[in-house]
Amino acid sequence: MTTIDPTPRTYPFSAPDRLRLDPFYAELRRQEPVSRVQLPYGEAAWLATRYSDVRTVFADPRFSRAATVDKDEPRARPIPQQTGILTMDPPEHTRLRKLVAKAFTARRVEQLRPRAQRIADDLSRAMRRGGPPLDLVEEFALPLPITVICELLGVPYEDRTDFRVWSDAFLSTSKLSEQQVNDYIGQMRAYMAGLVEQRREHPTDDLLSALIQARDEQDKLSETELLDLSVGLLVAGHETTATQIPNFVYVLLTHPEELDWLRADPERIPAAVEELMRFVPLGVNAAFPRYALEDVELGGVLIRAGEPVLASLASANRDESVFEDADQLDLRRDSNSHIGFGHGPHHCLGAQLARMELQVALGTLLRDFEDLRLAVDEPDVSWKTGMLVRGPRNLPVTW
Amino acid sequence: MSWQVEVDGETCIGSGMCAAIAEEHFQLVDGVSRPLRTETEPDDDVVDAAESCPVEAIRVRDAQSGRTLAPEP
Repeated sequence: MTTIDPTPRTYPFSAPDRLRLDPFYAELRRQEPVSRVQLPYGEAAWLATRYSDVRTVFADPRFSRAATVDKDEPRARPIPQQTGILTMDPPEHTRLRKLVAKAFTARRVEQLRPRAQRIADDLSRAMRRGGPPLDLVEEFALPLPITVICELLGVPYEDRTDFRVWSDAFLSTSKLSEQQVNDYIGQMRAYMAGLVEQRREHPTDDLLSALIQARDEQDKLSETELLDLSVGLLVAGHETTATQIPNFVYVLLTHPEELDWLRADPERIPAAVEELMRFVPLGVNAAFPRYALEDVELGGVLIRAGEPVLASLASANRDESVFEDADQLDLRRDSNSHIGFGHGPHHCLGAQLARMELQVALGTLLRDFEDLRLAVDEPDVSWKTGMLVRGPRNLPVTW
Repeated sequence: MSWQVEVDGETCIGSGMCAAIAEEHFQLVDGVSRPLRTETEPDDDVVDAAESCPVEAIRVRDAQSGRTLAPEP
């Protein structure tokens, strides 16, 4: 067992700087792979930074998400997450996940690709008609995944202005006050409850109606679970992809040699998306700690039963023992076993959907905009602050 | 009637979904799922696991006819 400095370090280690991962993670991976940290709220925690330890924390049933509910969970924002699928362990978690998993399998998602491509084509046409410069976030990155998840779930696209505002509250750390966050989350739930009532009376062919049927006819989930799940699908179904599209474009525009290589052959896009998923540290910090249900040895450290452990996906994805030249973007990388979508039972439900949308997004932009570039100097790109995720607030582009 | 259960180890990402849904049929070994038995009695849990696998790495077939039972085509 290694001796660990018992004084927790303030975490995150530094304020987010664009998509740059704090080099201190590399030092920890080398010297103190499991260390003590203190987030702005909640109790002190362990932080795992190596690939193999991170995978263990996410997949080993001795580490529990359900156990966080009655604890002072380490977190970046005042309000702890108390309900929803992310606060459950198998088999409870599996019961809910199963209800929606079928809608997000690789094959089902492939059937949505032609529709996603048409949406991207329409957006691209509108961009060319409007002419440069424009904000890629508003004109492309947001409307593509929002349209897809609205159609899949059965949420009216016309309501997006409202739920965009509420949705941001779920990912806010300090951008909004605690009161505002609660208000917006409340409004989102009320909105979804209204939609559920409508669909109950007039069922349609969408995931929301299927979930209502699973509740009303088969009693497979409670009304609260139904609401949590549909709100979760709407928020997670677009926020992350809408953030990753501009992140990926930003990375490519600032790595022109990689971009040229990618442009030469569109068949390279799927592998490029995997490498970008590895390379971009989407989360500002490791989140959603797991509590040890028994004493567990992890990375040479004894985690006691009842102690929380955070695991950094971003750090795992830069682990030199798994990825050669881990800090380099290398679109040619093969057998890319990144864990950008997480790992274990909570592995991103929408991973296949996100992959498909990201492939369509990059494919469309590279096909239609041969000379796409930033319309401002790189240091003038404005980045989100006070959020759980990193991403440009706006991405002014020209061509 | 019996079923054949296969996991494509190349495709499997070790999400553990199958082992959580059908713990009597799947086990994670070195981060990859393996069926505990390649041939089994019909069990809905196995179908659920195959339908829920995020990368569709599981295939369930009718042992006699070889017809694919899950995931649904």
